[in-house]
Amino acid sequence: MENFEPVIVAYCCHYCAYTAADMAGSKRLSYPPNVKIIRVPCSGKVDMIHILKALEKGADGVYVAGCLEGDCHFNTGNVRASKRVAYIKKMLDEIGIGGERVEMFSMSAGMGERFAQTASEFTEKIRKLGPNPARAAA
Amino acid sequence: MITAEQKPMKELVECVRPFQRILLAGCNECVTVCAAGGRKEVGILASALKLQFQAEGKPIEITEITLERQCDPEYVEELVAQIDKVDAVLSMACGCGVQEVARRYTDKPVFPAVNTKFMGASERQGVWAERCQGCGDCVLGLTGGVCPVARCSKQILNGPCGGSTNGKCEVSSDTDCAWQLIWDRLKALGKLDQYEENIPAKDWRSGRGGGPRKIVREDLAS
Repeated sequence: MENFEPVIVAYCCHYCAYTAADMAGSKRLSYPPNVKIIRVPCSGKVDMIHILKALEKGADGVYVAGCLEGDCHFNTGNVRASKRVAYIKKMLDEIGIGGERVEMFSMSAGMGERFAQTASEFTEKIRKLGPNPARAAA
Repeated sequence: MITAEQKPMKELVECVRPFQRILLAGCNECVTVCAAGGRKEVGILASALKLQFQAEGKPIEITEITLERQCDPEYVEELVAQIDKVDAVLSMACGCGVQEVARRYTDKPVFPAVNTKFMGASERQGVWAERCQGCGDCVLGLTGGVCPVARCSKQILNGPCGGSTNGKCEVSSDTDCAWQLIWDRLKALGKLDQYEENIPAKDWRSGRGGGPRKIVREDLAS
């Protein structure tokens, strides 16, 4: 447990969070290597099955990072994503995995600091929660 | 379409618990449209159940399949290839589908994964509402295309009742008064004289009052 390094999967929207990650890099801001970024064309592309599969395959935490409200390149993809994340959180609570392992974040392409801060905070939160129970038992 | 809602996860987990290998069977018809038991929901439920049992330290095997229709024997037959490799079937179809699978595979326990609700229509994305109760003697032609049997809480055939307020039903302010809708529609059609005519008492034997129903088409039946 002391050596526990969480595996975090971050579904990042191409138009905001993914570019924010790039911005963080350009600014030489460091964030935990635990965060594995998957670029998606819009956070609304992320379906519940993508989040569940990440957990099933061993991720300890998953987050979706989309545009700020009103800024979605496809109008409402971020709103859809946020509703799906809320639904999944409820389901994970029901099956004992814990909804707090999944989160939705919003940021713009220029928010490199916010990207790095979000990645660090979420990683620490999952580190405190411990390994995904489904992975720990396997 | 026939609408359904997934059962609570806790109930599903308990029904699957005694088994090691599960066939999770979706249906490509109504339950796909109402997002309760189509291919997508099969994937999500399979993943959630796997997570649950992995966390408990006793992983289960789940085979996913989505049939074109579960209420037709021709399609249910397709499960033959998988049925011997599983201990139980969890069906995400409506009650008709679950029963058809149970009838065909008599030695396999079959469980419903959804609660079948009603025959309804989509009001908007993600919202479905009851529209038909299958009374077997349709009156929509008399009521301007709004069903008093399915949409009036009291099923009255000559309404509205005293509980209609501002177009809403006394049962819930979310529910439109069916007879207000009927009035509005007949008015728009210029057929208010039709409203004045009393609809005689309904013979409910054509509905569930006559017991389980069956349609036999002599020209088609083999």
